Amino acid sequence: MTDVKEGASGPGPEARHQTVPDDEMFPVASFDDPHLQPAAKHVRRAEGVAGLFLVIGFLGFAAYGASYWQNWSNVLQGAFLGVGLFAFGFGMSAWGKYLLPQGPFVEERHPNASTEAEVDAMAAAVVGRGAMMFRRRGFLGGILGAGAGVMGVVMAFPLLRSLGPVPKQSFDHTHWKKGSRVVDFNGKLVRADDILTGGSLTVFPEGYVGNAMDQTIIVRPTTSNVVTKAGRETWAPRGNLAFSKVCTHAGCPVGLYQEQTQQLLCPCHQSLFDVGQGRPAVPVFGPAPRPLPQLPLYIDAGGYLRAQGDYHEPVGPGFWERS
Amino acid sequence: MSNGTTDSPVLERPAPTQGQKAAAGGIRWLDERLGIAKGGGRAMLDKIFPDHWSFLLGEIALYSFVVLLATGVFLSLYFNPSAADVVYPKNGPYVPLRGVHMSAAYLSSLDISFGVRSGLVIRQMHHWAADVFIGAIAVHMVRIFFTGAFRKPRELNWLVGVTLLILAIVNGFLGYSLPDDLISGTGLRIAYSIILSIPLVGTYLANFVFGGQFPGDGSIIPRFFILHVLIIPALLAVLIGAHLGLLVRQKHTQFPGKGRTEHNVVGSPMYPTFIAKTTGFLFMVTGALWAMGGLAQINPIWQFGPYEPTKISYAVQPDWYMGWTDGALRIMPSWEFSGFGHTIPFEIFLPGVLFPGLAFGLFWAWPFLEAKLTGDRAEHNLLDRPRDKPRRTAVGAAFLAFFFVLLCASSTDVLATFFDVSLGLVLWTFRFAVIIVPIVVGVVTHRICLDMSGVRDVGKRKRHVVITRSVAGEYQTHPTEERPGDTHHELDPAPVPAYIDMGGDGDGDGDGEPGVRRVSR
Repeated sequence: MTDVKEGASGPGPEARHQTVPDDEMFPVASFDDPHLQPAAKHVRRAEGVAGLFLVIGFLGFAAYGASYWQNWSNVLQGAFLGVGLFAFGFGMSAWGKYLLPQGPFVEERHPNASTEAEVDAMAAAVVGRGAMMFRRRGFLGGILGAGAGVMGVVMAFPLLRSLGPVPKQSFDHTHWKKGSRVVDFNGKLVRADDILTGGSLTVFPEGYVGNAMDQTIIVRPTTSNVVTKAGRETWAPRGNLAFSKVCTHAGCPVGLYQEQTQQLLCPCHQSLFDVGQGRPAVPVFGPAPRPLPQLPLYIDAGGYLRAQGDYHEPVGPGFWERS
Repeated sequence: MSNGTTDSPVLERPAPTQGQKAAAGGIRWLDERLGIAKGGGRAMLDKIFPDHWSFLLGEIALYSFVVLLATGVFLSLYFNPSAADVVYPKNGPYVPLRGVHMSAAYLSSLDISFGVRSGLVIRQMHHWAADVFIGAIAVHMVRIFFTGAFRKPRELNWLVGVTLLILAIVNGFLGYSLPDDLISGTGLRIAYSIILSIPLVGTYLANFVFGGQFPGDGSIIPRFFILHVLIIPALLAVLIGAHLGLLVRQKHTQFPGKGRTEHNVVGSPMYPTFIAKTTGFLFMVTGALWAMGGLAQINPIWQFGPYEPTKISYAVQPDWYMGWTDGALRIMPSWEFSGFGHTIPFEIFLPGVLFPGLAFGLFWAWPFLEAKLTGDRAEHNLLDRPRDKPRRTAVGAAFLAFFFVLLCASSTDVLATFFDVSLGLVLWTFRFAVIIVPIVVGVVTHRICLDMSGVRDVGKRKRHVVITRSVAGEYQTHPTEERPGDTHHELDPAPVPAYIDMGGDGDGDGDGEPGVRRVSR
């Protein structure tokens, strides 16, 4: 299009109703103009194709209506309306592409940049009028800035602080305490011999079944006491080895116990931990940086498993305050 | 007429027809209030869109967004964003879950899938549309990058576009988390750990986002819901408006060609040609997505079961647009810094926070970086062919290779199972590949670009030849007879006509029958 916008400044209000605009501004063309010819080489064929697809679209819509009414399967519903919409659109696009004038038509671009003087005038206006606001009103300016600053800080309280508790020491501890009884997923107390040799069981401290941070996995490679590390002689009575089930990498449950190799695998990012004699869940493969913390257990007078205390270090992935 | 190739006579503007008179009434009403007949409205009718298949990529993204809004409204009528504990009814349609405890969000997602007519189609369509939306944005961005369309004066629109990509990915992840199935809950657990890994503020931020230590107090679902259905879609809509507004203001770029200069746009007009084509395309995109929603299963949440923080599934991959971060998490070595009473878990902070931050920061900065490196600060409206800019193309290809390797690395477990090799071998292969493959791809791309620019007539249309064998056994080639379409006749571009002469039979053959004259192009 030649410059239409210039027309805006041209005719005044009385000229608005003038019936014949300037031919230079609004060029006239006849259908003989080659720019107005359809792009298709075989116009009749293009009309046929566009029509055929529009008809398929029409039928597809109708078929979807029927499939919805009869509550047919999602497969039929998807096929009918999907094909219908696509064909309808294809017909419309084919109409536009092959039967409507493609030109080529041309439109001039208008340079974005203004003159140097216009830019300078704008800058002068911005700075000058701003200065006018604050000239000899330094106190008002100061209080405006201070008020905005305080407002920014206090508005962050409801926007942020209300959302959740501050962490304090909550990441350092779990609900495991000295004497906590060990229960399984159903809240049933776990006895020392409930887990078969080579088996594993997800357990919780009594009262916290399903808790994300307390979840612990007991593996039992053998029925005799297991020492994973010096100082942990009493921690795995009768082979009941308890480790935090929260991966030290990204916190997924370390859910796979491979009995043959005595390893725990985290299915999220494939961190692999050695468990068993002399191996306190040390990561041997993958991105996990630290061993899974071990929970010290003991067997009470009734033969049930209990915790000797909380984990000796924070469970789960790393964080800034972790020492 | 500024058109030199036609010999059309200068025509008188014909008397207005009945239809024109009727339309003029409505247009005058609007014009007296908005001035549309001489200003923006008139300019919109005549706006020229250049034609190239790659310009459709952005349209796919736009129309996927339209589909996302429509299907999202439908889903929001049935979805219950609540973590409240409920029990799947004893007579529920999905037998394996009868009597199972689950969140209200998961239950309502199951109801949408099994209880609402067309609900499963629309839920799956919504998911597919999200994948296609982000995919189309990414491919559109690749097109913009390789053709240099981000250069002055379009840096602003590049910034808007990269921001749209980030928001789209974020909203995809939020939506993926809402059904509260086992897989999406696992994704949330990882997201929590990623936030937790940020030095200094990680524990606070993680607690504030989730309303407490993972899994929080159950507020994560309503929070993600309002972000997913209101806040981020509103931002997306505003930025898409700005994206298109800038496109209209600055006009479309075009590939070099006959009559095309830095100072014009050559193509077909908005009305009716482009409107017809693009509306048809809207229907085609919608149709394809609807068909995918009905025919191709995605995210069968009923198979995964409700989320339990202590349960986990195997061989789980996120949606494709999160795959590169998951891959980075998998192949990152376990480098945790610990000392001075503090811990910086680089094994998760680096791939989960720093790397995406740097990647998107680099995307944002690229137009300015390239202008600085090349010293090219001129205005560009004609697009580059990628091979003509070997260095940019090499950098882009290397980047794509890098992301592709990371995406593949998010399936280390699946690959190890499929090829029956050890996980260790797969992991170490990717650790090397993520460095080597981009370098090789970059160097090879650079080489190919240089070689292509040295060959003449690459990509030109070839004339067929006939090979004959003479009696003496000698072979000779003869070009075939020229047929219409063999050679490319192009018209010089002309301004869009405002008035079209309806007199005569229209096709110039004088038979009184309206028809169309074929033009050799």
